[in-house]
Amino acid sequence: MASHSESIIREPLITGENITYAQITNDVLRPVENMPGKAWWIGFTVASLGACLWVFAISYTFWNGLGAWGLNKTVGWAWDITGFVWWVGIGHAGTLISAILLLFRQNWRNSINRSAEAMTIFAVICAATYILAHMGRPWMALFSLPIPNQYGSLWVNFNSPLIWDVFAISTYFSVSLVFWYTGLLPDLATIRDRATGIRQKIYSVLSFGWTGSVKTWQRFETVCLILAGISTPLVLSVHTIVSMDFATSLEPGWHTTIFPPYFVAGAIFSGFAMVQTLLLVTRKVLGLENYITMFHIEAMNKIILLTGSIVGVAYLTEFFIAYYSAGEYEQYTFLNRFIGPYWWAGCMMYGCNVLMTQLMWFKKIRTNIPISWVLSIVVNIGMWFERFVIIVVSLHRDFVPSSWAMFYPTWVDVSVFIGSIGLFFTMFLLFIRVLPSIAMAEVKLILKSSSEQAKKKLIAHGGLDSEQVEFYKESLTSFDSVNIKDYKKA
Amino acid sequence: MSTTKYILGLFADPDELMHGIDTLQKNSVPIYDVYTPMPIHGIEKKLGIKDSRLGYAAFMFGCLGGTTIFSMAYFMLVQDWPMNIGGKPAFAVPDFVPITFEWTVLFTAFGMVLTFFYATHLFPGRTPRVMELRATDDRFVIAIDAKGNIPHEDITNLLKESGAVEVKHNDRKYVSYE
Repeated sequence: MASHSESIIREPLITGENITYAQITNDVLRPVENMPGKAWWIGFTVASLGACLWVFAISYTFWNGLGAWGLNKTVGWAWDITGFVWWVGIGHAGTLISAILLLFRQNWRNSINRSAEAMTIFAVICAATYILAHMGRPWMALFSLPIPNQYGSLWVNFNSPLIWDVFAISTYFSVSLVFWYTGLLPDLATIRDRATGIRQKIYSVLSFGWTGSVKTWQRFETVCLILAGISTPLVLSVHTIVSMDFATSLEPGWHTTIFPPYFVAGAIFSGFAMVQTLLLVTRKVLGLENYITMFHIEAMNKIILLTGSIVGVAYLTEFFIAYYSAGEYEQYTFLNRFIGPYWWAGCMMYGCNVLMTQLMWFKKIRTNIPISWVLSIVVNIGMWFERFVIIVVSLHRDFVPSSWAMFYPTWVDVSVFIGSIGLFFTMFLLFIRVLPSIAMAEVKLILKSSSEQAKKKLIAHGGLDSEQVEFYKESLTSFDSVNIKDYKKA
Repeated sequence: MSTTKYILGLFADPDELMHGIDTLQKNSVPIYDVYTPMPIHGIEKKLGIKDSRLGYAAFMFGCLGGTTIFSMAYFMLVQDWPMNIGGKPAFAVPDFVPITFEWTVLFTAFGMVLTFFYATHLFPGRTPRVMELRATDDRFVIAIDAKGNIPHEDITNLLKESGAVEVKHNDRKYVSYE
């Protein structure tokens, strides 16, 4: 049923007075149905300039070959694979929110899953461009697919983690896309039924003729549940396989069995940080404070704290195992992260990921929007450095000292990286312009049970434990979208 | 003779909609369909709609995907072109696990969603067959086939009594296209 009443001690998921079903539609579709504001145009201009830089740098790479990058014989993977793993990791939060939190019946996911999933798709696109680019000759990507060819056929080697990765990333991308688009259908139909003229025609094509009849909804829910069920192991498998790109090698610093869980935790960590970075701005610019509330922000901060701490434990474990293994190369590799020429990268990695996130233990910090936003960016910087340390710092010291080398990025390396961020934001900004950034149907589902007004009604109705009511009012003081004066009077 | 083809009861609240369905059923008025802006649990039981069988389809597609890629890997690496990698067996089953898993998921997702689209007649460009435009926004709509269900006034009163905010007598089935 849509309207069972929820315990008063749970914080509201929708705030604001007089929120009706129509109000939700109006609020969510405001950016889609109207011309965007100044903030959007500024963001879009900057982002698309970045995307142009990306096009230029990638074209330059394809024209001149990989010599345009700063790679050398010792460090054969550098910013490319760092960028790839970074983007794939960022992509993980969307599926975690849409699939795992659905299975756990976490209703707060309803208002953030749409944009987080969109972010997943764009991040995986950015990651995939790195894979194509680092091949130097992108058309050679064809040979990573198991299709007959003129060399025999010379098949792909299914024993190789790199081939597993091709399968994992492509499956992950396409399944996420299907999951996201299926969820979009009811909301596209809402836009269609409100629009006129050419807009109505476009959204009519996009909404596949959705009507919202009983049977459609029943099948829709079955599809979403099963997709969530299969996406959950899928998302865990993807970063597991990415970590095996490294872990199945014999390289000190890579050759560790802890990599799969460590990478998965790190991926969710960086993904939630990116969701936080985007949503804290989006909710303000689009005026969605009533739907993405302080509860959502704090819940995401708690996940960042949890996964950041798991990553911290994994770091400690790595150091301990390096010591305990008594392998001198292994020990050197880990010591080198602090005393080698890349000590600053190591400090960025451990400092940003472990030390800074521990601040989240304090509720004052978890519920402070500017600090949360800064910390979310710090986490993403730290996670970029984590991949840099794992990849470049492990590679730059070889078994043979004569091949020791440093990695110096060229302007092309830097441009591809900055450009990929521009590409990501261009796609995200286009998304919030033309598609509903909050899953309206799913938010409407929790309006009667988990909204502030429903709780107000409960309080007004009386008969509740006064201690619980006080606890509830106390928890509202951190909300920026709640007028706390209303409760003082009552 | 009335030109009304469909009678629509528009509700503003899902609980009142449920009440409306109960009232109509108590009075033996057959319901054509119900349109809602969000999934309302319990309607399908009231209307006697059977459980979705998409789960079975999903399972079959998953089996198909896993079998396909495992057979492909077997043919390619064991049958057609076995490689000597340090003398290890060509039929390295543990190495085939990741790809088998991935294609199981891939086929399940695509097979199930395409089955859903096929069964529900959803495809890009399909003309929307919408009876009430606000049914995707904030109205919960019960549609009743007017033909044979007379007198219409009684049905209107039943809907109004059970909480409908508006009752429409539509001369056309679908309002979404000319």
